[in-house]
Parts: sequence; structure tokens; C-alpha cells
Amino acid sequence: MTFAVPANLEAEIDELVSHYPQKRSASLMVLHALQDHFGYLTPAAMEWTAAKLGLQPINVLELVTFYPMFRQQPVGRFHLKICRTLSCALGGSHELHRQLCAKLGLDAHAHGAQTTKDGRFTVEFVECLASCGTAPVMMVNDDFYEGVTPQKADEIIGKYTS
Amino acid sequence: MSEAATAKVFKPAPPVDRITVKVDGQVVVVPKLSPDWQGKLVPTTMIQACEAAGVTIPHYCYHPQLPVAGNCRMCLVEFGTPALGPDRKPVTNPDGSAVINKSPRPAIACATPVSPGMEIYANTPGVKAMRQGVLEFLLINHPLDCPICDQAGECKLQEYSVEYGQSATRFVEAKVHKPKAVDLGPRIMLDDERCILCTRCIRFTRDFVGDDALGIVNRGSYNTIATYPGHKFDNNYTLNTVDLCPVGALTSKDFRFEMRVWFLRETKSVCPSCGTGCNLLIGSRENRIYRYTPRDNPAVNGPWMCDAGRLDYKWIARDDRLKDARGSRPEVRTWRDVLAELAGRLRPATAGSVAIVASARLTNEELYLIRKLAQRLGAATDTIPHLGDGDRLLVNADKNPNTAGARLLGISAKPAGANLNDFAAGIRDGLIKTLIVFREDVTRFGLGADLLGRLDTLVASNVLPNETTKLAHFVLPGCAPAEKRGSFTNIHGRVQRITKAVEPPGDARPEWEFLGELLELITDRRAPATIEGLFNQMAGEVPAFHGLRWAALGDSGVTMPLEPGK
Repeated sequence: MTFAVPANLEAEIDELVSHYPQKRSASLMVLHALQDHFGYLTPAAMEWTAAKLGLQPINVLELVTFYPMFRQQPVGRFHLKICRTLSCALGGSHELHRQLCAKLGLDAHAHGAQTTKDGRFTVEFVECLASCGTAPVMMVNDDFYEGVTPQKADEIIGKYTS
Repeated sequence: MSEAATAKVFKPAPPVDRITVKVDGQVVVVPKLSPDWQGKLVPTTMIQACEAAGVTIPHYCYHPQLPVAGNCRMCLVEFGTPALGPDRKPVTNPDGSAVINKSPRPAIACATPVSPGMEIYANTPGVKAMRQGVLEFLLINHPLDCPICDQAGECKLQEYSVEYGQSATRFVEAKVHKPKAVDLGPRIMLDDERCILCTRCIRFTRDFVGDDALGIVNRGSYNTIATYPGHKFDNNYTLNTVDLCPVGALTSKDFRFEMRVWFLRETKSVCPSCGTGCNLLIGSRENRIYRYTPRDNPAVNGPWMCDAGRLDYKWIARDDRLKDARGSRPEVRTWRDVLAELAGRLRPATAGSVAIVASARLTNEELYLIRKLAQRLGAATDTIPHLGDGDRLLVNADKNPNTAGARLLGISAKPAGANLNDFAAGIRDGLIKTLIVFREDVTRFGLGADLLGRLDTLVASNVLPNETTKLAHFVLPGCAPAEKRGSFTNIHGRVQRITKAVEPPGDARPEWEFLGELLELITDRRAPATIEGLFNQMAGEVPAFHGLRWAALGDSGVTMPLEPGK
């Protein structure tokens, strides 16, 4: 499968790059744009980014492997990101994680992101989502949910399964 | 003479601002600015001031020839600066000494500039505790596999652990496991578990070589040195990262598991692979060479050398080395008989009937003897140029180590190799009856077997057999540069000594030895029996080397003006 960046996305990326005095400073933004479009970052996407910004592919790989929000594997259509930083951990995020995994048939004890067989849901712990006062919090794709009680969690899942 | 020559080249230095600091109570005056890895003047750092005071600060990531990274934290020191009163003037104690405000936190000596009156405390209990702490962290995920590690014996992690570490670990958790025996490139093997992430290799290959091939992937404890998948770490300077690596992470595929470093005898010498003449150490044991490593010489190669030169030693141990001296008849095979027979043939030779193809792979001393021989015999001489690829760093396009020496001694034609056509014509016309060839295969340079067959006498001296030695009436087996003493003049006119590391095989002898004996047989005048005497005689006799003494060459050599008289 060949890697091809659509013209409109490339135009968007070129515009992004133009914001920075040095091209390499746009690395993170370009990678986000590619990940938003393709869902995850393939080696081809990293090599494309390196060529675009006048870098070596290793420089891009360093970034992609450093930041947990960059993915090198596809995730489910709905990506559930549960905060496990202190406030949320105290507020019950681990219980929330266990509940969601049980409901979706996933192994709560496995390491890293877990995706359902049908590719519909991915459940993952993340670090602070910046709403410590309303723990536990989680995100589903770009939607933000605060004070996620077990009941509320069921409702949220219901919303995305229907 | 060398001082005078240097004085002509360099203008008087501009006045330097100096700073007085104290290191462990010892007053030391350092320049305000010092050259960084590129030679640019930047503020002098604590580590440089400590060096000037003779106090060594332990460090991993810092290297004077690389950009400063400041990531290993091993060089943490405590320091203080003069207290200033409200009038911005230093506050003094009753005895007149400055009041020092001790900094509440330590600083990394490699990246902190010194300031006037600063006091650096490099050996306090606090500093020792910090070193111990840093080492403890570095060893958390280290496999502690020194018994099978090639770096053992020259490992900074080992050395500092002995000096500052502790004998027992407090770490009870599971170690992070990382890739082992990673094939980074054709010459480099990486053990990521041994790596302490100092990034010296990354900075070297990115900033010095300009090949941004290495990086750190993953995060935190999982940090791993890597190339981009599918990309090879393959430039001509990769093996320098093995020297740079303060631990056993980067190892040379060539040297790995071959020999413990403490068994190696290190001989100071010079690389004979090109005109640059990088200074090196020959690591040998029991008459076998195991590795070449660069030897720091700021005037020539700094602390680096190229991979090609470094690995160019295996031919020395080849089985087919020329081991036996050979005369024109089978019964003539001792050096005494061979040289006597050869002298007998050369003595009555008329001027112009002998030609000598010498080699810019021979030392100055040997070429000097060839010059004397040629003068006595009235022989024309020349050398054969060997050109290859050069680069902007260390590799010179001239693959002969002593081109300048051959030119200064008048052995080479102008340009080198220009006489070869005349030699061919002379042989064809029967004018040249004797050809003496050193370290070359002249059949590849226009003097084919048919021409050589016309000669009355063909003398070949070499290290390895070739077409010329096969056709020769006399074979004089010589030595690799690692098997003899002498000096080379590099492409910039620097005269540098080579030293014998191993014995030559069989009856092979240093060329200068048998050349001296041959000359004595022909002229009845004894040549100096030592390389020192020979060099000093040459320096007295050959204008280009006037003023030089063997002893003055030292380990790092002396640069001569390439055009005498200027």
C-alpha cells in the first residue's frame, strides 16, 4: 500500500509549517495532522514528515516514540481515554477502567491500549486531562466527560453502541 | 626551527581576558573564553578550570571535542561566588579575604561558566555523595555483565564505580530489559542495556560527521539508542563511537570478543593508510595486532580516525607475506649472501643503467638511504602516486603516507610518477639494465612482464607477493609500518614517528636495515645502525629536514615548511 497525502491535507500542512521560523519546529503539528487524518502514524508517514521538514526519519521517530499520544497502530473507532493521574485515581478511575473493560469484553490487566475485536472501541489509560476537580474524567475521541460514575459510564457506552 | 616556523605563521595572540578562580582551595587563572568543540570562543567552564588546576572531574557525556549536552550529571560540583555588598563591591572578611556565598545547589561543571572569584569544591562529602547517587541511578538498569563485556578494563562506568560507587545494590525491583546485540551497521554492534544514554555517539555522528543516523527512541527508563528501522549506521567514522562510548554499549564488530583490553600492548604509531597520518595506538599481544585506536593529536587528527584506516591492519598477518630473502640462484638465500650478490651486481653499474621505483609508503629514513644509493649509482628514481577518495574530515585523497617525504628527499619526479614512461623507454632501448622496485607492482603501471623480462637485474622489495616480486631476480622481504621504526612526513609536512609493535614474519627485515647494509657493501661507508642516527644524519644532510632531531619529534611530530626556504 503506498502512502499518499491528499492535496488538501498537504496544503493544510504547508500552511502549518509556515507558522514556524524553522521548519522542524512544526514537527508535532504535522504529525498530529497526519494522525488525525490517517488514524495512526505509519513508517511511511514519518518518512514523509521527515522529508517535508528537512529532517532525518530518526528525528521523527524519536518524537513519535516519546509522546504517548502518537500512535503507531490503529485504534478503535471510539477511543476511550481514562485519566489515571492522582486525582482521578483517587476518584475511581481504575474502577471505571475495569468496568468499561468488562462491559466491552476487554482484559483490564493487559498492558497498554485494548481494542475490541470488532474494532469499535479502544480503552486506554492516559495521564492528566486537566479536570482534577471533577474526577474521574475520560475522553471519547474529542468528547470530554467529567465525574464519570458507573451509571454514567454505562450511558456513555450506550450512546456510542447504538 | 619549528618554533621559528610557527612564529612566522601565527600572528601574536590578542590579549586574553583572564579570570582567577579557586579549585579546592588552589588558585588557578584561566582565560575568560575558551575554544568550544568547533574552536569558537565561549565562556570557560568549571570543568576546564578544574582541568587547569589538575583536578579531574568525573564525567560521561562531556567531551571536549563535542557539543556540551549536560545530561549525565556525573560532573556535579559545589561552588560559591564572592558576596557583593549593597554597593556591588565584594564583601571582605576581617583578614581581607573575600566572603564567599556558597551556592545552595550544585552545578554541572561541564556547562557552567566560571566567574571571577568563584570557588569550586570538587571533593566535598556532598559532591562525593552526588557522584555516588548518579552512579547508583546509572547502574539501576545496567546488566553488570563486565565479565563478558569488551569495554571492561577501559570502562568509565567500572572506573567511577570503583572510585565513587558502592559495592552492593539497593535496587530490588525488576530491571528494564532492552535490545541486545543490535546490528547498527556493518562495523558496529550495540547493547542497549549497557547504554547510559550520554548521547556522545549521537552528537558525534550528527555534529562532527554530519550523518544524523542515531537517535534516542522511547521514553524514560525505556530510552534506547537506535537507528531508524532499515537505516544502517554506516559512514567512514562509525568506529569512533566505540571509542567515545564511555561504557560497553557500542562495540566494534571487528574487535568484539577478540581480546581483553588489559592484555593489549599499546604502541604509539601513525596510520599509513593515507596522507593525513592520523596518530594511533596499535593494540597487540603475542605478536598479533588486534586493533588500531586513534591517539589524540590536535595538530593532525584530534581524537578521531576513519574506519578504513582503523581496519587496515589485517594484511600484516597474511599467510602469504614475503618471508625469505632471495638471490638470483637458489643457494643464495641468507641476507648476507643476497646482499653481497646484489652489491656485486650494483657496484660496477654505470650511471643511468639503474632505475629505482621507490614508494611513498616507505619511511623518510628508508627513502633517504635510497636517495644515497641512487646518488652513488647514478640512478633515476621515482614513486608511484596512489590516489583515491578523500573527504572534508580526515581522509586524504593521497593514499601514500609519505608523499611529502618522498618529494622533499627528491625521490619522486615532478609530478610523482612522471619518470615511469622514461623508465619503460629506457628498458625497451636497453639503456636501463637494472630496476629496483620497492613496495610496488610496476606491472600495473606500464612496466609489464615483457619489459621486465629485458632487464639484466630486477630487484623487488615488498611485504606481500605480486607480479613484480614473482618476476624479480632478487626479492628483499620488507616490513609493514607496524613492524619497524621510522618517520613519515604527512601531506601537510608534519614529520611523525612510527614505532614497531610486532615482529615481521620469517626473514623479513625493516627496509632501512638492509638498505644500510647494501649501501655499506657498495660504498664501504657504514650507515648509522640506529633509526635515531639515521634520522639525525638525514636532518643534517637534507635541507628540508634541517634542524630536526629524532628526539624532538616526540610522540606527536613536528611540522616542517613544505617548501624549504620560504
